[in-house]
Amino acid sequence: MLLLTWYLLVAIMITAYVVLDGFDLGIGVLHLFLARSEEDRRILIRTISPVWDGNEVWLLAGGGTLYFAFPLLYASGFSGFYLPLMMVLWLLILRAIGIELRAHVDSPVWRGLLGGAFGIGSLLLAVFYGAALGNVIRGVPLQPDGYFFLPLWTDWRVGPHPGILDWYTLIAGVVALVALTLHGANYAVLKTTGELNRRSHRAAVVLWPVLVLVTMASLGATLDIRPELLDNYRKLPILFAIPVLVVVSLLAMRSRNERTAFLSSSAYLIFMLVGAAAAVYPNLLTSTTDQALNITVDNAHSGDHSLTVGLIWWAFGMALAVCYHVFVYRMFRGKVSLVSTEHSH
Amino acid sequence: MDDALLMHRLHFAFTVTFHYLFPQLTMGLAPLIVILKTLYLRTGNAVYNRSARFWGQVFGINFVIGVVTGIPMEFQFGTNWSQFARVTGGVIGQPLVMEGVFSFFLESAFIGLFLYGENRLSRIGHWWAAFAVFAGSWLSGFFIIVTDAWMQYPVAFVQSPDGSFQVTSFWGLLLNPWALIQYAHNMCGAVITGVFVMAAVGAYYLLEGKFLDEAHAFLRVSVTVGVLACIVQIFPTGDVHGRFMAKHQPVTTAAMEGLFKTEAGAPIVLLGQPDAENQRIDNPVVANKVLSFLIYGTTTAQVRGLNEFPKSDWPTNIPLLYYGYHIMAGLGTILVAVMAIAAFLLWRGTLYTTHFMLWVVLLCAPLPYVANTAGWMTAEVGRQPWLVYGLMRTTDGYSKYVHAGNGLFTLLGFMGLYTLLAMVFLFLVGRVIAKGPGKE
Repeated sequence: MLLLTWYLLVAIMITAYVVLDGFDLGIGVLHLFLARSEEDRRILIRTISPVWDGNEVWLLAGGGTLYFAFPLLYASGFSGFYLPLMMVLWLLILRAIGIELRAHVDSPVWRGLLGGAFGIGSLLLAVFYGAALGNVIRGVPLQPDGYFFLPLWTDWRVGPHPGILDWYTLIAGVVALVALTLHGANYAVLKTTGELNRRSHRAAVVLWPVLVLVTMASLGATLDIRPELLDNYRKLPILFAIPVLVVVSLLAMRSRNERTAFLSSSAYLIFMLVGAAAAVYPNLLTSTTDQALNITVDNAHSGDHSLTVGLIWWAFGMALAVCYHVFVYRMFRGKVSLVSTEHSH
Repeated sequence: MDDALLMHRLHFAFTVTFHYLFPQLTMGLAPLIVILKTLYLRTGNAVYNRSARFWGQVFGINFVIGVVTGIPMEFQFGTNWSQFARVTGGVIGQPLVMEGVFSFFLESAFIGLFLYGENRLSRIGHWWAAFAVFAGSWLSGFFIIVTDAWMQYPVAFVQSPDGSFQVTSFWGLLLNPWALIQYAHNMCGAVITGVFVMAAVGAYYLLEGKFLDEAHAFLRVSVTVGVLACIVQIFPTGDVHGRFMAKHQPVTTAAMEGLFKTEAGAPIVLLGQPDAENQRIDNPVVANKVLSFLIYGTTTAQVRGLNEFPKSDWPTNIPLLYYGYHIMAGLGTILVAVMAIAAFLLWRGTLYTTHFMLWVVLLCAPLPYVANTAGWMTAEVGRQPWLVYGLMRTTDGYSKYVHAGNGLFTLLGFMGLYTLLAMVFLFLVGRVIAKGPGKE
């Protein structure tokens, strides 16, 4: 029960990260295509500038929680996915300095450089996150000592010795890119007015059928390479509600109501991740060579004392974190405009 | 040394050394900004608010670089030191999560309000935003020190049969005596960086004849805080830290001091180059009996030299450790003297016009960075050959499947990226300083 609780807590934190930082990444991708002028770019960046940093903390806190609760998974996964994780770090750095330092310069060249770092960083991060989830679902060649090391690619096929990138994880990367960009578009619709609002809405309309298509393709591909992922669903048929909810949120995304559309793309991300979490449990990382080598919640966890005491301070800290988020989002609620009350830099 | 092991050590050493250049200024400036905001509230003098806003801009740029270079630190426990991560998650995973949950959420929520929300908040509200950023950054430092202190002086744990460590006492881990001493010493060091940077910018403006009101405020606040911080840095925090170390890591103390053989009434080596092969100090300048006095309070006490310990337990890089410690202590002494003279002149009312002293203050700005870096090298090189002191060796901690070639690839990547970050940082901070605090 304790282990299931921590599994859920880690899943909740990662989901919170994807939903919250997801629209930041989406805005990053969109600002490359939607913005026609410097003013557009500044408005789009200003929709996320007070909140993106707090959103990214969910990644750090989630990663830390993984380290704390399931150290074997953290050790094995992070060293095995060494190369892509390092690239994720580089991209996170580029994106962050792009967003934050762009406001400090006025020259078009510096703005172009920093804006480009923000946009390209966001785009590649979205693809990497999708591919990462794809890797976890597909499995990795775990060795008897619990470790592995994956090259960036091998023969692009899903076999016992795959690379980080193969046809399956590429599909997952595309799903993430489309889903997060659409999520970002819905956020932009919510936070902007006028022409930019209309263009964001059009982007969401164009991306919607693409998302439906790649979602179906990815679900089909998943069941093709790992049919046993349906086992939990067969044991506990109520879980089939999750894919139904994915479909419902996809349909609700077409709503003309700005808030409903944004909440639907949030719900879509949540239910896709919950669906994956329900399918892989109790495995945390599956072996492509021998199922006996799987890393599971039972063989990867920390001591009971740490985990029990951890529930107390974790709950306390999370309550505080949620308060801060509510406070900041309320403080900066409403549409963004450039008629600024801020002091100039 | 194993190629892969060397690469992983360089990887962490490079990324953490670069990273800590930024948090030390963040943690050092944060309380100074709170003081400036407090002075503004109490006196209503707009000079203090302009000063706070100016340092807020420097703080903001510095903070971003600190955040982005901090994320790789947490990741590297798993990516480069996976055998270590696997056995220690149950202990040091805790302070690392607590840092995220209790300090990063706080900091990230209020930094935006502090930097961009001044007009949305009341004066008191903006003071609180500055205070929350200060509290967040100092809490974050505490959790990291708890993590490091457990590796230096493991407490409140049991070791399971599979080799993994588990916490037995939540408060025991957080209130590790080593952590409390190290935290006090480290935060004092960060404040010293903050005050020297602030004082240097003040001195620069006075020498340039610009922004005189703000420059006076910078110097008044920084020198007043600085002289206190410099005293506390040596006594009690440095003194207690040194004696605690001599008691619990005697082999490290011997190597730091360059004491190859046990001596009663041991001298302290002030200058000289350690020759680890022949176990002696070349060109020594020593002060007799001082080391015995500093550690035991008497000039005749016996201090154990490296010869008392098996060579396998000696720190793996004695010259580097020796220099780290001597540079920290030497620069520390110089900085105390500079602050003391500046404080004296400030008290006499002549600091703002004594150009020679303004030049000295200006040129000292990089030194606290060097001293803080050298101090951390003393702590971490001194912990070798252990990852967890006395329990897990560094050779047993790295990621076996990440070979030296992959390690070098990402190390070079970080070197390139961080060079870029350093350039962008200097460019932007240079612009802020050139533009100055300005009027409304």
